[in-house]
Amino acid sequence: MSAIAQKKGFGSALWDWLTTVDHKKIAILYLASGGFFFVVGGIEAMLIRIQLAVPDNSFLSAGLYNEILTMHGTTMIFLAAMPILFGYMNAVVPLQIGARDVAFPFLNSLGFWLFFFGGIFLNLSWFMGGAPDAGWTSYASLSLYSPGHGIDFYALGLQISGAGTYIAGINFLVTIINMRAPGMTYMRMPLFTWTTFVASALILFAFPPLTIGLFFLIFDRMFGANFFDHTMGGNTIIWEHLFWIFGHPEVYILILPAFGIFSEIFAIFSRKRLFGYSAMVFATVLIGFLGFMVWAHHMFTVGLGPTANAIFAVATMAIAVPTGVKIFNWLLTIWGGSIKVTTPMLYALGFIPSFVAGGVTGVMQAAAPLDYQLHDSYFIVAHFHYVIVGGVVLAILAGLHLYWPLMFNTMLSEKLGKITFWFFFLGFHATFFIQHFLGLMGMPRRVYTFIEGQGWDLFNFISSMGAILMAIGVIVLVINIVMTTVKNVPVGNDPWKDGRTLEWAIPQPVPFYNFKRTPLVRGLDTFWIEKQEGNKEGMSYAEPLSDIHMPNNSFIPFVMSLGLFIAAFGALYNGEKAWAVPVLVIGLGITLASMATRSLKDDHGYHIHKEDLMDHKGGNY
Amino acid sequence: MGHDTHVVVAKNKTQYEYARRKRSQTMQMQVVTFAIMIFLTFIAFAAVAAGMSAYYVGPVILLLAAIQVVLQLYYFMHMSEKGHNMPAFFLYSGALFGFTFVITFLTIVWW
Amino acid sequence: MAEEVKYTPQTWPEHPETANLEGKNKFLGFWLFLGGETVLFASLFATYLALKNKGPEGMEFTTQSLFELPLVFVMTMLLLTSSLTSVYAMYHMKNFNFRGVQTWMAITVLLGFGFLALEIYEFYHYVHIGFTYSQSAFSSSFFTLVGTHGLHVVIGLGWIILLMLRNAKRGLSIYTAQKYYTASLYWHFIDVVWVFIFTVVYLMGVMS
Repeated sequence: MSAIAQKKGFGSALWDWLTTVDHKKIAILYLASGGFFFVVGGIEAMLIRIQLAVPDNSFLSAGLYNEILTMHGTTMIFLAAMPILFGYMNAVVPLQIGARDVAFPFLNSLGFWLFFFGGIFLNLSWFMGGAPDAGWTSYASLSLYSPGHGIDFYALGLQISGAGTYIAGINFLVTIINMRAPGMTYMRMPLFTWTTFVASALILFAFPPLTIGLFFLIFDRMFGANFFDHTMGGNTIIWEHLFWIFGHPEVYILILPAFGIFSEIFAIFSRKRLFGYSAMVFATVLIGFLGFMVWAHHMFTVGLGPTANAIFAVATMAIAVPTGVKIFNWLLTIWGGSIKVTTPMLYALGFIPSFVAGGVTGVMQAAAPLDYQLHDSYFIVAHFHYVIVGGVVLAILAGLHLYWPLMFNTMLSEKLGKITFWFFFLGFHATFFIQHFLGLMGMPRRVYTFIEGQGWDLFNFISSMGAILMAIGVIVLVINIVMTTVKNVPVGNDPWKDGRTLEWAIPQPVPFYNFKRTPLVRGLDTFWIEKQEGNKEGMSYAEPLSDIHMPNNSFIPFVMSLGLFIAAFGALYNGEKAWAVPVLVIGLGITLASMATRSLKDDHGYHIHKEDLMDHKGGNY
Repeated sequence: MGHDTHVVVAKNKTQYEYARRKRSQTMQMQVVTFAIMIFLTFIAFAAVAAGMSAYYVGPVILLLAAIQVVLQLYYFMHMSEKGHNMPAFFLYSGALFGFTFVITFLTIVWW
Repeated sequence: MAEEVKYTPQTWPEHPETANLEGKNKFLGFWLFLGGETVLFASLFATYLALKNKGPEGMEFTTQSLFELPLVFVMTMLLLTSSLTSVYAMYHMKNFNFRGVQTWMAITVLLGFGFLALEIYEFYHYVHIGFTYSQSAFSSSFFTLVGTHGLHVVIGLGWIILLMLRNAKRGLSIYTAQKYYTASLYWHFIDVVWVFIFTVVYLMGVMS
């Protein structure tokens, strides 16, 4: 079977996207839906800043403000940042380690569709009686008594998309452990692969507690359980623990891949080997491990007692050490390098001071006594936006420019990219730097408005103006993407000219089977080594040309996720609508039936024959 | 690592007999393991049924459970065989994290 | 293709479950999944221990008044034995004896059903005397912990039955052997969790 694509109609193209199991296409799906939710979350952020621009504002009502605030946080973390990073992981990691695909292509597709339907379900709450309104942390006493179905949408939607994330995590772990090309030892893995590995391990251990917490919430609200109801012997602190046991590693699930992207960028555009590679790997693993031992620092003011607070404070401060190691290694990578300030490099250079600022305020909050002062104030808001926006979002934007040629074989405009950077970067600092002072001046977080004359008016106004700058930056980025796509100028091999790792050695557009022959990895930065030795092909090979085994496309992941999506409506309206239980049963039935179908059929995939490979050059899109 | 192929190798008679005998010895070991597990379970139930002091019985039955789980993992689930480094690493990491959750929930949830 | 090969006991590999890359991936992926399951059950255990015997003012139910050891003992024996029978199935799998695999898996399933029936009886009994899911925080956490384990048993039973049906005609190959191996790992893991349940929930519950 020759799978070299012909021109397709819209219908068959759509079908191709719905059934694809190719990690490169799933990467694009993740990027596109993550990008969509990023815009949605961004609009919510703008509404928040409009409301807070002036005192005593009535642009949004208090209830609606709570909903928008909750959805902004939830959307940005679960539906924008994580999926976009998954997009990059899917696009890059298999190529970086010399694999033909991920370990479980079918599950890869299932993971995406679960995330997608979970995200849609969560956002449907806007049109079906109101969004969740208890904050992205959804603390139990508050969320238990939230009227309407907002919280139910939150719990069920996150449950579904969380399952997708969990699957994706296992998939990347197995891919990285089992499918590295010959010669790609652990200590030769590029940093983005390493950070993906550690982030996936965190997903493996962090998502089950969230699953349990969400189930407790679902059972308490919808099925009459009493986990968090103190009159029935329950305890609301259990939710806080379970949420933060998940929630703190989640922060590292986001930031570690961001570190990985920046590590790649610093090495590529300083045209130097990454300084202190092994220290970087060690720091990554250590951050991952410590990330699990610090969750209660989000709960210092709960009253855990001085002993518990002290233990968690010290553990938290310890994380600053490996993070500091990373910062210095990046600085020393740039030191003496032959630097090219491209758009990704610009983001990376902007990242260091921004993230350090966020990290330092983090250590301040780690001091439990001081945290009593800072807790629930705008200082906290400023802190976590400095790490999330200053770290993760800058990495996402940098990665977009860096990996765009790899994913689409075109180059985003550098000029527009730099305009975006300056708008976004200046806007970001204008928005959030000043919020530190708002916090210190006593402005509590999560308030929908404030009385004038407390000294907060000007700072809030400046903050809102900064948000407008960020929005302009994002609009320029969208224009950039549209223009690049319309122009459609192919870039060919090694688009940045300074690629160091395997993914840049591959012909562009990337063939759907990735590597015609499995490459032989001869060291860290293997492509760089080959280029130095004048190897025109950019790769050494570990095997002769032979048939390639490929997985078949499948529609089952889509149906399986759709079943859960339908079942969620049943659970949501349980005890309220007559059709609730039948819908729940039908939905689960669809999911189970599609699982059985998958199980009963033998699906061995197909082979691309040697003869077809001989003269095949480009990819299939 | 690249290609998903498996080379079929036939054993000669001696190798085949040896492999079979080896497997049957392993199976005997499994039955012994099972007997130990039943025995440990019996002790645990008997100790509790006898109504001895909880301070004494509690730690003992937890220890018995731990031993039983180790037997289950290493013999029934073959973790003693080669190629189980990664499974062991991830399982123990999970167990370690899980253990800290249980400790916290026992100490700082109520006050 | 590897899956078209007709094996004989002589050519059957020593470790059919990890004989090709697909098998190796599934083997590792499933173990990682079990690592995540460990954390999942740890969260449930932690919650149960925090909420044990906690309920509304004047609640009459306690672990001491509720649990009956003889029933739990029988359940434990059934599940432990089913763990051994699935080891037997894997022994025959390695000997390339398909009928042995099916027979011992069937016995495993029967024992599993025995366990499940007793658990359903136990739950029914509790509900009957008023210890319902909504009765207290204690009841919610108890039913959720033990019920999640029970759900795993149900899934395991469904999985193994489906496996036996789908492969009845196909017989043993590297492709199918891997599936049996994973299912038996899952079944052992269910047993591992039960060891902690009978120790921490039931035995430590009745201890004075």
